[in-house]
Amino acid sequence: MSARDIILNHLRTRTDGAIPVPESDFSVMTGRGWDHDERLARFEQLITSVHAEVVHAQRSSWTQALAAILHDKGIKRLALGHEHPVACEARTGLAEAGVELVDPAREIERWQREQFERVDAGLTSTGGAIAETGSLWLWPTPDEPRRLSLVPSIHIAVLDSEAIDETFFDVIEAHGWARAMPTNALLVSGPSKTADIEQTLAYGVHGPKELVVIVRHGAD
Amino acid sequence: MSVQTYSPREFHRQAHDALGNPQIRANFRRAMDGLMDKRGDAFSDWDVETLRELGANIRLRALAKLPDLLEQLEANCEANGIKVHWATDGDEACEIVSDICARHEAKSVIKGKSMVTEEMHLNAHLEAAGIEALESDLGEYLVQLNEQTPSHIIMPAIHLNTDEISDILHEKTGTERTRNVDTMTAAARAQLRERFMAADVGISGVNFAVAETGTLCLVENEGNGRMTTTVPPVHVAVTGIEKVVEHLRDVPPLYSLLTRSATGQHVTTYFNMINAPRQAGEFDGPKEVHLVLVDNGRSNIYQDDELLDTLRCIRCGACMNHCPVYTRVGGHAYGTTYPGPIGSILMPHLIGLEETQDLPSASSLCGACGEVCPVKIPIPDLLVRLRKEAVGEGRGNVPGAGVKRNKKELAAWKSWQWAATHPGVWRSGLTMASKLRALMPAKLAPWTDYRTLPQPAKTSLHTLVKRHHAKRGQE
Repeated sequence: MSARDIILNHLRTRTDGAIPVPESDFSVMTGRGWDHDERLARFEQLITSVHAEVVHAQRSSWTQALAAILHDKGIKRLALGHEHPVACEARTGLAEAGVELVDPAREIERWQREQFERVDAGLTSTGGAIAETGSLWLWPTPDEPRRLSLVPSIHIAVLDSEAIDETFFDVIEAHGWARAMPTNALLVSGPSKTADIEQTLAYGVHGPKELVVIVRHGAD
Repeated sequence: MSVQTYSPREFHRQAHDALGNPQIRANFRRAMDGLMDKRGDAFSDWDVETLRELGANIRLRALAKLPDLLEQLEANCEANGIKVHWATDGDEACEIVSDICARHEAKSVIKGKSMVTEEMHLNAHLEAAGIEALESDLGEYLVQLNEQTPSHIIMPAIHLNTDEISDILHEKTGTERTRNVDTMTAAARAQLRERFMAADVGISGVNFAVAETGTLCLVENEGNGRMTTTVPPVHVAVTGIEKVVEHLRDVPPLYSLLTRSATGQHVTTYFNMINAPRQAGEFDGPKEVHLVLVDNGRSNIYQDDELLDTLRCIRCGACMNHCPVYTRVGGHAYGTTYPGPIGSILMPHLIGLEETQDLPSASSLCGACGEVCPVKIPIPDLLVRLRKEAVGEGRGNVPGAGVKRNKKELAAWKSWQWAATHPGVWRSGLTMASKLRALMPAKLAPWTDYRTLPQPAKTSLHTLVKRHHAKRGQE
C-alpha cells in the first residue's frame, strides 16, 4: 500500500467514529461599517505604524509625486512593468526624470544578480488594501513579476483610495479570490522586518528596507 | 562553542541547569513578559472570545473532513501544477525531499522556517546526503551557526542575547563585533542574499493549506519565506497533514488569531499565498513546486476524540509564552522539537512516552496555556490525559503508554484510597499521625528538595471542628 493509502485509510477508519461537522459563523470577520475616509485613515495609521511611508497624490498628477520620491531617495534605476496602466503612466511621467527604467519582463535567470544588486527600487500596482490591518494586496503578473516587490531595496506601491476594503475576509469575498487564484497572491504590510535579535525591531532583513505607498485620490 | 544536545529523558537535569543559569532566566523572562503584554494589547479591541470560538470551529471542521480535504487539496494542487507527495513518517519525508534534491543535482538548499522539517531532522539527513541546508530565518540562521536547535517555535534564538549573537556572527562569519542590531541584521542580509541566489532548492513549511483552491499560505515578517519560495528554481513545501483548511474564507480568522497570539502583531509583513509554479509567459518564481504531506504520528492522534484537539494547533507559541514553567526553564530544557505546553501534549505522540514521560508532568496545571490558546485546545486536560497514559490508566493508545507505571506508587495510592473510604481506619490513622508526629523523617526526597516538610498538627482540623460544634451545642 502506498503512503497515501495508508494515511487516508487510517484517517477513514477512525477508532472513535465520525466527527460531527460544526457550522461556522463568520460575522465577526466582516461588517465594520467604516466609510471611505475612515478606511483610508485606518489603513494609513496601521501601515505607517510598521514603518511604511504613505504619500498622497491626485490621480491626475501622481507621477510627479513619484518623481519626487525617486529624487528624494536617490533612486537611479527603477524596475517597473510595461502594460499595467500604473506602469504606463509612470513610464510617461518619468520620461524626463533622469531615472533609468528597468524592464522586469525578462527571464529572471538572465538578470538575477542585476536585480539583486543594481535595481534601486521596484514599482508595482496593487489590487487594493485592507483597512483593518493596514495591508496592501498584490497579484503579481508577467508584467509585474513576483520579485518586483521583494528583491529591490525599496518597494513603491500605487493604491487608489477607493480600493480599500475593511477586512481581509471582505477582500477574499468581494473579489472572488476562491474562484480564480493567481499563481501567487500577497499581502504586504510594511517593509521586511525582524525581531529575532533580543526582540529588537530591525527593518530590511531580507526583503525591501523601505515601502512607500502612493495613495491616489479622485476618479479618472 | 561546542555542540549542545538536549534530550527529553534529561528534562529534570536540563531544567535544573537552566534554572541555575541567570542568563537563560533573564533572556526568557524579558522576552516572555514582552510577548504576553503584546498579545494582551493586540486583542484588547477585539471580540476575542468570538474569534477564538470561530478559530476552534474552523480547525475542528477541517479535522472532521480531514481525509476528504487532503484528497481535495491534492487534486487542486496537482491541477495547479504542484506535485504532491505523502510520507507516513519523518524518514520517508526526508527521503522524498532528498530524492527531489538529487534529481536536480542540488548541492545547496535554502530553508524558510519550518517546524515539521525540524521534527523530521531534515537538515541532518540532507547533510548526510552531501547537501548543504542553510536556514534563512534570521533566528534560525543564528541558532544554526551556533550549532543549536530552536528554543521557541516562533522566536528560535530567544535564548540568546545581543552580545552572544554578536559573538556568534563574529566567530562564524567574520562579522565585526557590534551591539548594533541594525548592523548585525544588515550583515546577515548580505550573507544570506548570496545564498538565496546560489541555492538549488528552497524548502519551506506551510501555515495553512487550502483544500478548496490548492493554496499554500506562508506567514512571515522577514521576507526570507518569499525569497525561499520564489528565488530558487525548485520549491519544496513540507507540512503536517493536519494543516489543511477547507475554504479560503477559513484563512483570515486563523491568520488573525495566529499573528495576534504569537507576537501581538495585528498582521505580519507578508502573507504569501502560493498556488502554482512559474507558468508559461511568467518570468520568475520556481519552475517546480512540491508539497510533502507528512503524517508522522498525526493519524494516530486523530483516532481518539480527546486527543484529536491536539491537531487543532496553529503553532503560535502563545502557550509557551504564558507558561510559568517554560518561562523559567526555557525551550532547550524540554529536549524536544516543540517545547512548552504544546510540545508536552504533542511530542509523546511523535516520539513516544518512554522518551517524553516527564513532559506531561512539567506543568503546574495552572491553566494559562488553555486560556490563551487561539483555537481553544484544552491543554491542561490533555496533560492530565497523558499523565494517565504514562502510568497505564488511560486508553493505552499513545506510544509507550504505561511506561511510568510503578507498582510501589500504585500500591501506596490504593492503600490511601482504601483508608480514605473506611472512616474508622482513617480516624485511627490520623490520631496515630498526630501522636507520632515527632517521628516524621525530615527528608522525603525529592519532595523536600525544595520544600519544608509540613508537620502534622497536634490536633487535627477534623477534631477541632468536632469540638467547636460540641461547644456550640452546649451554649
